[in-house]
Amino acid sequence: MVSSHDPVSDRVSRDETDFEEVTSPQPAGSEPTLPKLGLTGGLRFVWAQLTSMRTALVLLFALALAAIPGSLVPQRPVSPVRVDEFLTDHPTLGPFYDTIGMFEVYSSPWFSAIYLLLFVSLIGCIIPRVGVYAKALRKAPPITPRNLSRLPAYAVGELDEQETVDEVLARAELSLRRRRYRVVNHGDSVSAERGYLREFGNLVFHLSLVVLLIGVALSSLFGYRGSSIVVVGQGFSNNLTQYDDIRAGDRFTETDLSPFTILVRNFDVKFETGEVQTGAARLFKLLVQVEEPGKKPTDKLIEVNHPITVAGDKVHMVGHGYAPIVTVTDGLGDVAFAGPVVFLPQDGNFTSVGVIKAPYAKPQRLYFQGFFLPTATIDDLGPRSLFPDAFNPGLVVTAWSGPPKANETGEPESVYALDTTGLTQVREANGQPVRRLLAPGESLKLPAGQGSLKFEGYQRWVNLQISHTPGIPLSIGAIGFAVAGLCLSLFVRPRRLWVRVRTGESGTAESGRTLVEVAGLDRADARAGLDEDVQELAEEVAPAPDVASPEPTSPVAIDDEQAGQQKEPVQ
Amino acid sequence: MNFEYYSSVAIVTSVVVLMLAMFAHAAEWAAARALPSELVTTKSRRRVLAGAAVGGTVGAAKDSDSRLDAGEPGEAASVPLSDAQQMESRLRIELFGRAGVGLTVIGFVLTLAGVIMRGLAAGRAPWGNMYEFTTAAVVFILAAYLIMVWKADLRWLGLPVALLAVIANGAATTVFYVAVAPLVPALHSIWFLIHIVAAAIAGAAFNIGGLLSIVYLVRSRAERKGRIPGYLTRLPDARRIDVLTYRFHAFAFPLWTFTVAAGAIWAEYAWGRYWGWDPKETWALVTWVIYACYLHARSTAGWKGSRAAAIAIVGLVSFWFNFVGINLLVSGLHSYAGV
Repeated sequence: MVSSHDPVSDRVSRDETDFEEVTSPQPAGSEPTLPKLGLTGGLRFVWAQLTSMRTALVLLFALALAAIPGSLVPQRPVSPVRVDEFLTDHPTLGPFYDTIGMFEVYSSPWFSAIYLLLFVSLIGCIIPRVGVYAKALRKAPPITPRNLSRLPAYAVGELDEQETVDEVLARAELSLRRRRYRVVNHGDSVSAERGYLREFGNLVFHLSLVVLLIGVALSSLFGYRGSSIVVVGQGFSNNLTQYDDIRAGDRFTETDLSPFTILVRNFDVKFETGEVQTGAARLFKLLVQVEEPGKKPTDKLIEVNHPITVAGDKVHMVGHGYAPIVTVTDGLGDVAFAGPVVFLPQDGNFTSVGVIKAPYAKPQRLYFQGFFLPTATIDDLGPRSLFPDAFNPGLVVTAWSGPPKANETGEPESVYALDTTGLTQVREANGQPVRRLLAPGESLKLPAGQGSLKFEGYQRWVNLQISHTPGIPLSIGAIGFAVAGLCLSLFVRPRRLWVRVRTGESGTAESGRTLVEVAGLDRADARAGLDEDVQELAEEVAPAPDVASPEPTSPVAIDDEQAGQQKEPVQ
Repeated sequence: MNFEYYSSVAIVTSVVVLMLAMFAHAAEWAAARALPSELVTTKSRRRVLAGAAVGGTVGAAKDSDSRLDAGEPGEAASVPLSDAQQMESRLRIELFGRAGVGLTVIGFVLTLAGVIMRGLAAGRAPWGNMYEFTTAAVVFILAAYLIMVWKADLRWLGLPVALLAVIANGAATTVFYVAVAPLVPALHSIWFLIHIVAAAIAGAAFNIGGLLSIVYLVRSRAERKGRIPGYLTRLPDARRIDVLTYRFHAFAFPLWTFTVAAGAIWAEYAWGRYWGWDPKETWALVTWVIYACYLHARSTAGWKGSRAAAIAIVGLVSFWFNFVGINLLVSGLHSYAGV
């Protein structure tokens, strides 16, 4: 028996059941028996529960509910910084959230459990229905019910004296076939059915969802996505060590990275300077040179919405910022560091923070911590930028120094953060920490000849994302089929029509007359035009019929709530 | 000619006109209170055995709708009305109803003009921020409603539709308003047309479907109680409202599926990933799942009818939260409101 899991195609399966009963009645005593309490029975019971419509509904609700917290609580994969902030701000709630996976909702066991159960339920429901549908496709339209006048739409006319029964039925058959009905001629009546595509669409939709999930799984198993900050003028080669961060699937190995090099040649960016939406980005143009082994280097343009494809990988520009160019001279007068240093933007106006490190400066190691401000100001709110473009670049730094490290530990450290252990802040003679706003070309001389920092200028950097998503074609195809199937399952209206020629019953007004009856039944609600179709067909087969619809207002659907409840299949 | 200015004038005027339309429809409902109540006869169901003899067993049983004694004055109606009084109140209903539809047409034309002039002022499609999207969606809502008034006599939905349009356009002009500005680079894409128009049309259909669900709940509750007060007698019976509700949702759901999918494709181009659990994406999925629940519930015994209608309303709330709440409260990649 078809399970009651009847997604989207409203009521088709129950109507199916109705007609099973009409046309091929179940033998007596086919009442569903309760499963025995054995292992098999128990499993079957669980399976029946899992694939039932009600469970599917509950799981859908659960999925909707479970997806919500991830949009309100910061998520580690999206913004780890905000998760850390949350943990600091909520000392009790934070760790609890962490335990139950609230910061990684979409990869948490409970979220995965819900969607996996949902898909198991879906597969368990759809696969048997494919079989049922395949059988239904080969079956002839149901035989004509005895009392056609009881059907929702009905019309009756009288047989033209010029015509025989066979001729009328043949005409009805032809007319129905022209309307793409599947027709069977029973001799005294014709039954016709159309709308098989509804269930087909329904099955396609649900199977497409499974394929979509497979596509997503392929992407996450075999794909990778990494990003790397590259200062304009410098290059990136597709190699694990060059990535700032990379997320790859379990089946990904380092050798999957295609060999290529990207040289960032030029980056053009413009911001709104008008009154409305001041500071909003207006243009990004990134010119790169791509080199692949065995090919000539080519120039390519990366813009937002226009990533480039290199060796099957997509290259996006996902961020940009500023890298002040500095020269650090140590206490001995030697250049201890020179070049651009990547600073990370903190707000929409690109107030950026970063650390300049000169660990090999002599006699003291030198470190500078500070802000790069593309349009600099220092006011009550502290040093900040007023505009994202570099109209008045400034570098605000404080300095730290310390004795050379006794031994190199080799421990990795962040290039964006300063660990001040073993360092002392450099102070002026009056005891105030050294802190200066430098314009390009200006230098900060540390007191007591400890060294200096020269702010030479700035360069922009871009964050390149290299991604490989092998499941995308499959997923897009699946989505296409899903939408098409959905449309079929919602818009195709299965309909059954019958035409019968019979002699009027003796003792009634119809006695002795040969009547042509036409009746119709819709197997999904939200239908329209059933009455019209029946009328039209009646006029074609038996001209000028006495129209006698049994219901002045044709009922909207064939079954109603109570009947539906009674007939809800047990399984 | 300053399109931006005239666009704002048109939208503000539309708020006033739509408010008048709402008042007219409210007067229509008020006038309908004078109509006699209808009694629903006890649920005596006529069972029809279609083809019962074919296999010897009882087959598909068909229950006819519970009948309404149309026009029969209810015993609970306090003062029975004379025919002349009834005729008079029916005339008043007709007058106010037509005035309401007429004003809604004017409100629609004004909103449409406002949206078009906004597009001319910006030199691009007029749905680049929350203000523009809201007014564009109101155009679709009113268009769908007016077409249905014309084709399917949907005037009985006038009051909730006018109310919704007033709130939407009113919120747009007072809270969401931003001056005309070019688009950020991420929106420079063909998907800016496809994704957002699909979202607006699906949203319009969901909104009308949600309003219908509310009306359905009101009407079916009265039918269950057995007595339909006069002002509800002008509504079609609950079954018909349910079918209409379903049709709007059945139209909107595939379109919403497409909207989410188109968004994912665009996200792959613009942001380098097709799905990143951005708050907007998450709530679009939540909304999708809730409407999937609605469609499933409609074919599950014990869930169809009022419960399914309640799910549709929850779906609409989720849609609104995704639009208003996520735009204004949560920061994410879809933060284009500019408010």
